[in-house]
Formats: sequence, structure tokens, C-alpha cells
Amino acid sequence: MSTYDAKQFSGDGPEKVFRSGLEAGKILIQSCASCSSHIFYPRALCPVCGSSDLTCIEASGKGEVYSTTTIRQAPDKGGDYNLSMVTLAEGPRLMTQVTGIDPSEVRIGMKVAGIIRKAGEQLAIFFEPA
Amino acid sequence: MQKDSLRGSAAIVGTGLAGIGEAPGRTHLELLAEATAKALDDAGLKLTDVDGLFTANLVNFFPTLTVGEYLGLKPKIAESTNLGGASFIDYALKATMAIRAGLCDVALICYGSNSRTGAGKHTTSAEMPIHEGAYKPRFPVAAYALAAARHMHQYGTTREDLARVAVAARQWAQLTPFAYRREPTTVEEVLSARMMCDPLTVRDCCLVTDGAGAVIMVSAERARDLKQKPVYFLGGAAAQWHRQISAMPDLTVTAAAESGARAFDMAGLKPEDVDVIQLYDAFTINVLLFLEDLGFCPKGEGGRFVADGAIAPGGKLPVNTNGGGLSCVHPGMYGIFTMVEAAEQLRGAAGDRQIKDAEIALCHGNGGTLSSQVTAIFGTEAAL
Repeated sequence: MSTYDAKQFSGDGPEKVFRSGLEAGKILIQSCASCSSHIFYPRALCPVCGSSDLTCIEASGKGEVYSTTTIRQAPDKGGDYNLSMVTLAEGPRLMTQVTGIDPSEVRIGMKVAGIIRKAGEQLAIFFEPA
Repeated sequence: MQKDSLRGSAAIVGTGLAGIGEAPGRTHLELLAEATAKALDDAGLKLTDVDGLFTANLVNFFPTLTVGEYLGLKPKIAESTNLGGASFIDYALKATMAIRAGLCDVALICYGSNSRTGAGKHTTSAEMPIHEGAYKPRFPVAAYALAAARHMHQYGTTREDLARVAVAARQWAQLTPFAYRREPTTVEEVLSARMMCDPLTVRDCCLVTDGAGAVIMVSAERARDLKQKPVYFLGGAAAQWHRQISAMPDLTVTAAAESGARAFDMAGLKPEDVDVIQLYDAFTINVLLFLEDLGFCPKGEGGRFVADGAIAPGGKLPVNTNGGGLSCVHPGMYGIFTMVEAAEQLRGAAGDRQIKDAEIALCHGNGGTLSSQVTAIFGTEAAL
């Protein structure tokens, strides 16, 4: 049976659906009906199996720090800040910043929870210690 | 067609360098042209003999058009697939394919940059990935810092292990007359240098220099009639698993595990057959990752492998004998310089840093944020 689903190629695309989710306070990831993979960032085809049968689901927002670094920056330019990769409870991994604690306190393996905030003009997913 | 049909079918017959370090008052194309002229002279060929052009850079949108026009070339085949700094090693594979297929006779692989004295910094037209940009990632160093942090967490690698990579590079640079940074350094100096992105200090990061390199390749048959000892292409492969660092499946395993395995397979060789290695050491962590992924030590053991001076002069596995991007030259895209140095070693022309009886050299390039990985293996007549 073909996994091609024409619905995915009409109306708002996956990227816009994701952005609309952020506006509504939701962290959306995709679930593949064909291979059951969970996917982030939003795509038109499942990068694991190629299926177009992808459904948006709301992620729990729970995650764990997979790796982390402190980007050093002069105090007059805003000071040091964190950059991390967080693995969501549902599986996908994303780049983010862990905020709400000093950058030097962020540790690999730390349990974190997602929070949607403005980053410049756009909304983005940040994390704070759970 | 047999899988090994590219093995030994083409060879490097000329190499050239120009403007290594600082070349004030000169454009990237002027430096590229000087390196090209030197490579052609080295090969005993003329610019008008070139009918294949393989080039990339970070400033020209149409690299082969701009460089081709500048040099007055009308190439029968032109190639500028942008794999970042790994591109030029990929071009050795593509040039071998083109020569083997009869699409060109004399392939010029070339690169020039005035990153240090011209633009002042590494400039790039690379776009910021849309799902990463919001977090102000300081690329590329932040991506490599994330990989280093994970490797340390998972395998107990230490900052000292990383620093030893930088010290080994400097020790090789001290034997290389044209290397940009040749003053002695120590593990302590690397550790106490300015922190960029934890755990990487500025001394864990490659240089920003000017520089150009060129490599001429022809068929194996023609190579035997030219003036230099041919450096034969034995095997090569490119692999890619991601573009954005956040899409890398495992920060401690690069696609070098695939490119290396396929290149060794084409060459009919194993890691223990290799006499000298040239790796793209954009950051110290790269060397550990690539030594592991290419099969020179088990996964996770890179730090312990380099701890006893294994990759430094006099060590059991010579790595980056010119001083690498960490201490010799790094004008933005380093890949071409791995092949220039490999050719020097296989010709026996590397002076104080010559590896005795070097017959087989491995070049490995990296591009993006551990994104593209390209391996090529070269050898002397004895290795055919």
C-alpha cells in the first residue's frame, strides 16, 4: 500500500502548522503513521521511512539535556549564555537554551521542561530545570 | 563495472601552496592563481593543459565560473559541490571519476582565501538553520563544543586529551617551515587560553589565516610520464548524515565511520596499512572523533589514544604532519591542504617532518558542523 497522502501537500505546510502551534502555546512534533517514528523538526516526508502520512501531536515538553555548552560573551554584550541539545521524552532532539539557572550549572542528563518564549521576533522552545 | 575500477586510475602529479599565513594586499583569486601556477610547474604542465576545474570557496556564488574566468579556462567539466572544507577531498574522487570516464585529462583542484588579512574573519554565505538560529548558536565552534562535551560525558575524555591534540599539531608545525604558528606550546597553555564555548578554548580552535592550495590530477598512465613521483588515488568516499548539528543522530559518531569504511573498501586496505594521516582538525575534538570513526582506535578511546604522544612527531601514528589547521594554515576551507601534505609525504619530499618510507596516506575532510565527511586514500607506486 502506498504511504503517499495528498493531504500533506495541501493547506498549511508542516512548518507553518508548527509555528501556529507555538502561537497557541503548544509544542508540536510529528508522528509517522507508517513507521511510528516521532519527528522534529517538522517535515513533509518522514525522514526515517519516506511516508507522507505524518500527524502532528503535542509533545509533553519533558526532556533531558543531551549536550550543553556555555557560549562565552563579554558582559557588555549580554554575558555568557547556554546552548544545549535536549532530547524530548517522545524521542526527537532539538537545539535550545536551558534558562532559569546559571549557564555553568546546566548538566548533561538534567531533566528539563519546555517553555515557549519569544526569541527576537519569533517564538521558540526554551527549557528550564524540571 | 567492477567496484575497484577507480583504484589507482588517477594520480596527483603536482601541488602548490601560496600565501600561507598572511598575504596582505592580495585577493583570494590572486592567491589561488599563484598556487595553481606552482602546482602546474611542479607537474611540468601548462595552464592551457587544464580541462577539468574543481573548486569551491565561501565568497563566490558561482565558484567554477569565477575561478574559470579568472584563470582563462574553458573546462570540459567543472564541479563545485559545496561540502564545506571537505569539498576538495571529494573533488579528488570526482576528478578521478572524470578522468577515468574520459571527461577530462588534466584536473585542477584549487582553493584560495584571504580570510586573515582581507575580510578579517571567516566570512560565509551559509544560511543559519531555521530551527537553530533562535538560540544564538555561535557556529561553528558551538557545535563542536556540544560534540566535545558529549564525548567527555560519555567516554571520560578530558580537556587535557583535547589539548594534547593541539600540542601535537604545534610540534609538527615546528618542523614545517611554512607553518603559521611555530612557537612551542604546552597543554597548560591550551587549557588556560581564552574559553570560547566550554570545553573548547581558542587554542582548541583552528587558525584564521590566508592561504591557497592547488592539486593537479591526471590518469595513472600519463602520470608515469611526468616529472614527479605519482601519488595514486587508491580509494575515496563521501558520506553525510545531517546538516544541522541538532539533527546529528549521535554527537560522538560522525559519518566518517561510513566514508572511511567505503574508502578503505575501494582501496583494499585497512587502517593498520596507513603510514601517515591528514585530518581536518578544525577543532581538537575532530581529531579524536575521526581517529575513532576511521578505525584507528576504538570508539571512545580517542583521548587515551593521543595521551602518550601517539600522533605527535615520533609517535606511532603521524597525524597532520604539516601542523594542520590548528597550527599550519586554516583559511576557512582546509581540505585541499590535507592532499598537498599527503603528496609531499608520499613523494618523500617533506624535509624534517618526513615520515620514513611513507607509502600510504589517508586524507579526511569535514564540512559544516560535523556534517559532510570525505575520506581519500593515496599511495605510491609500491601501494598499487
